[in-house]
Amino acid sequence: MPPLTEHIVLRDLDIPNIRDFDVYLQHGGYEAFRSAVTEKTPAEIIGMVKDAGLRGRGGAGFPTGVKWGFLPKDVFPRYLLCNCDESEPGTFNNHQIIDRNPHQLIEGIALSAYAVECHTAYIYIRGEFAAAARTLDAAIQNAYAKGFLGKNILGTGYDLDVFVHRGAGAYICGEETALMESLEGKIGQPRLKPPFPAVAGLYAKPTIINNVETLANVPMIIGKGVQWYRQFGTEKSPGTKAFSLSGHVNNPGNYELPFGLPLRELIYAPEYGGGMRGDRPVKIVIPGGASAPWLTADKLDITLDYEGVAAAGSMLGSGAVIVLDETVSAVELAYKMDEFFKHESCGKCTPCREGTWYLTKVLHRVSTGHGHANDIPLLHDVYNQMAGNCFCLLGESAVSPIRSALKLFPEEFEAAIRNGTPRQAPRLAIPLVAVAAD
Amino acid sequence: MALRDIHGAEIDTLLARYAQRRSAVLPLLYIAQDTYGHLTDDAVREVAEIIGMPATDVFEVVGFYSLYYTKPMGKWVLQVCDDVPCCFCGAEELITALEQALGLRAHGETTRDGMFTLERVKCVAACNKAPVLQANLDYIYNLTADKADELLNELRRRADSGEQLSVSGRAATV
Ligand SMILES: Cc1cc2nc3c(=O)[nH]c(=O)nc-3n(C[C@H](O)[C@H](O)[C@H](O)COP(=O)(O)O)c2cc1C
Ligand code: SF4
Ligand code: FES
Repeated sequence: MPPLTEHIVLRDLDIPNIRDFDVYLQHGGYEAFRSAVTEKTPAEIIGMVKDAGLRGRGGAGFPTGVKWGFLPKDVFPRYLLCNCDESEPGTFNNHQIIDRNPHQLIEGIALSAYAVECHTAYIYIRGEFAAAARTLDAAIQNAYAKGFLGKNILGTGYDLDVFVHRGAGAYICGEETALMESLEGKIGQPRLKPPFPAVAGLYAKPTIINNVETLANVPMIIGKGVQWYRQFGTEKSPGTKAFSLSGHVNNPGNYELPFGLPLRELIYAPEYGGGMRGDRPVKIVIPGGASAPWLTADKLDITLDYEGVAAAGSMLGSGAVIVLDETVSAVELAYKMDEFFKHESCGKCTPCREGTWYLTKVLHRVSTGHGHANDIPLLHDVYNQMAGNCFCLLGESAVSPIRSALKLFPEEFEAAIRNGTPRQAPRLAIPLVAVAAD
Repeated sequence: MALRDIHGAEIDTLLARYAQRRSAVLPLLYIAQDTYGHLTDDAVREVAEIIGMPATDVFEVVGFYSLYYTKPMGKWVLQVCDDVPCCFCGAEELITALEQALGLRAHGETTRDGMFTLERVKCVAACNKAPVLQANLDYIYNLTADKADELLNELRRRADSGEQLSVSGRAATV
């Protein structure tokens, strides 16, 4: 595999100020889109994306071109949605793409919309990304001004409008059908599938939804060609992934690597993570966001592609790699993770709504030194009742932290219950000054 | 003054973006929240009326999403991420420092002078720059506990200078 001589999505690392529209244009910006709308048919674009083997970066890794091919023929209007809800603990590459390379995302959206023959695209962006939403608004205005968006684009007769839609604080709205509910002005609760969005999505119309990073890949595939793209990565996971590396490494950040490099390299190479803070050993790696089963230090030689991480019993997911050292207790980590899922449970189905509540309650008492003698079997019992019974993947994902923790570190649970001493409880600190509520 | 009188043009632009009017409920609620300071029952009913959707549905939306506030908030809403990995990278120390400096707990309480509301929030997609908080949805990165006082002073100064603030992030800068 050739080394990555230039970035595919994090091009802000190669080209200073690519966030400025003029700089983006100077570096070939919108040339791929121009050539597509003037010289290629939508079917040709879909064919190239299929041949490139682009896989969805939002978590499932589903082949993008194949998904686009699911649209029913001759049913219009269609919608394209860009999923920028980015709310899973440990993920932050969409944030960087929008802050520093927004035009590539807009070009990717324009190209993809042309490919799937739609005339309206929405970027659903989490409410907390208020500044990023303004950046995107400005980038969209730039594109309209140059005739890349709007009516009769570049004189071809193709029309496209792109709008930014800010969410308002809810991780579940990253789930594609919950996102559509939210965009329709409702609370963000997932829909039953099928029908899948390609058949009946936004306003019950055929809808394609893709992640920010997925769409940001498209201009490079169309601009540089399938062969160029496929030289990076593996046969089954072509291209690169912008890994979000965080936790106890020396240099947390987004690093774009061809698929297939070893996890160890991401953590230890000086140009990436730069090793562990204080040279402490790795204790736990969560390789693919909050839902991914945990790995321990003996798994550092796995390769970072969908197949490699799956072979180690986990998942690449969103590519959020959280690395934690021995100062972290497994009990505490399981508690914090399941607290996240409890906080974000949409409340639609009982196993998730009640299960996350129960897990969190028991984990809290164990982690603060008040565990009961039978709490370990109780925890097993609760997550076993959740697994396979939740309406959507959020609830299923909540099983992963507690199952990992009990499987990999049972002795920590036993000790916490036996000794009754909290490992870490800074969150319980009582402030010294009296409360002044409103 | 009613929302339509102040923000009529913006509201019409938003409504025109969607095939169904109720899709504009989230952006309209942000506008209402900034205009009235928080989402009073009347504000919610007004949004329902503009869109032409049942008020109950708008109340349901307000209750579901975490960035809508139904009680008075501080001029600055401080939202500290306490999720994984931030909580293992200094977030708890930061929260303690802020709680002590402000004399309240990070459960959405507001200082008596109405300047600050302090909350814990889940991952805000900036884990590489932990500890992190958002002040009216503007990011403050790598905010270790020792820098808390300095930040509070700076925010107080900005509020006192009459700067236009928006708890909905409509004034957030890059
Ligand atoms: C609870 C939950 C949260 C999700 N959050 C996101 C998200 O923030 N961003 C995203 O792109 N996909 C997210 N997904 C995956 C989406 O449902 C969907 O698969 C994805 O947007 C498809 O885009 P892709 O094919 O380009 O990956 C989430 C899924 C679930 C179950
Ligand atoms: S699993 Fe959780 S998030 Fe998903 S529908 Fe059920 S309650 Fe909602
Ligand atoms: S965990 Fe704090 S920003 Fe992600």
